Amino acid sequence: MANLDMWEVFIQTKPGLSHKHAGTVQAPTAEMALQNARDVYTRRKEGTCVWVVPSKYIVSSEGMDQESFFDPADDKLYRHPTFYDIPNDVKNM
Amino acid sequence: MHSQILKFSNSKIMDLEKFVQYVHEENKVEPKDIMPDDYRKLLVRQISQHAHSEIVGMLPEANWISRAPSLRRKMALLAKVQDEAGHGLYLYAATETLGNGTIRADRDATYEDMLEGKAKYSSIFNYPTLSWADIGAIGWLVDGAAIMNQVMLMGNSYGPYSRAMVRICKEESFHQRQGYEILMALCRGTKQQKEMAQAALDRFWWPALMMFGPNDDSSPNSKISMNYRVKRESNDSLRQRFIDVTVSQAEFLGLTIPDKDLKWNEERGHYDFGELPWDEFMTILKGNGPCNKKRLQTKVKAQQENLWVKEAAAAFAEKQQKEVI
Repeated sequence: MANLDMWEVFIQTKPGLSHKHAGTVQAPTAEMALQNARDVYTRRKEGTCVWVVPSKYIVSSEGMDQESFFDPADDKLYRHPTFYDIPNDVKNM
Repeated sequence: MHSQILKFSNSKIMDLEKFVQYVHEENKVEPKDIMPDDYRKLLVRQISQHAHSEIVGMLPEANWISRAPSLRRKMALLAKVQDEAGHGLYLYAATETLGNGTIRADRDATYEDMLEGKAKYSSIFNYPTLSWADIGAIGWLVDGAAIMNQVMLMGNSYGPYSRAMVRICKEESFHQRQGYEILMALCRGTKQQKEMAQAALDRFWWPALMMFGPNDDSSPNSKISMNYRVKRESNDSLRQRFIDVTVSQAEFLGLTIPDKDLKWNEERGHYDFGELPWDEFMTILKGNGPCNKKRLQTKVKAQQENLWVKEAAAAFAEKQQKEVI
């Protein structure tokens, strides 16, 4: 018997926070995937909201040529606050 | 400013030296990264066998759910056994990330290997649970040993396995406390209850110590595993630490550890202990322990009798699809 569809599970621990990846479940329908995810990943009230996404729809940058994919950000130090020299006398900055 | 992660592969060609340096610098390997074949194989085997251990480990404890002495004990034991199923799932999910063209790592394939006796699970689960006190001993000693091993594995170099360990460790400590609480109740109870607790300790002490595997000098795979930063601490070191922390826990219960050579060594700063019964360990590894055959038979039967659930779910999904169209 073939494996059922794979789903990635994302849990929001508290309203206002982002959903975080928690793991995977196998299920043939979205509803069952959601129920399985709740059963496995929220046994201790870990979440206020659960998302399930078929694994095949996740597009990842992983495994690509990491360096060149993120290269443009590497030498742009001026995007960081520490690049700018403001004297300590200036408050609230 | 983030530090530059050392690349260990140039244009899809594995550079072993760079890979080893990468993991030695405490970096994590993720599923799509290029990795040495033996690293992948080692992990598929280790993580899937870890998963099998969780699933088969449910059996000796589920055995006592219907005979738990109180509702509180029954609810706690049910929850523990359910947790183990979930732990198995996290680990099968981690194993699956390692499948590539040449290695099958999906849960059906690895599970079949276990059912056919080709893949192992932890030897401790080939022992029977003969009394209610055994459930206490298992929680205290077996989960205790597992926690020690799993905390060590939280630092392993493979991302998905490391994250699964973090999750499992968070949930595992209730298991140990549940078991210890059972023994506390027995040791404070009647004479027969205390004797039952002592008998359980007598039966599970040495098997629990053997969970940490053979002595370091009899463990050739350890070196490769340590070099790849999968294994972070040696068998003997973990075993020594387990003994050191567990002795006072036994003293608190008023129980005697069944080792006449157990003695605090001031010079070493550790407990000296007796020789482990390695013959018994080898017997179990070869499949001739008290419950090896029974465990496999139970899992094969469960698979055969419950396949209809998966088939029904798949048929339902197909029917739903058709209705949508």
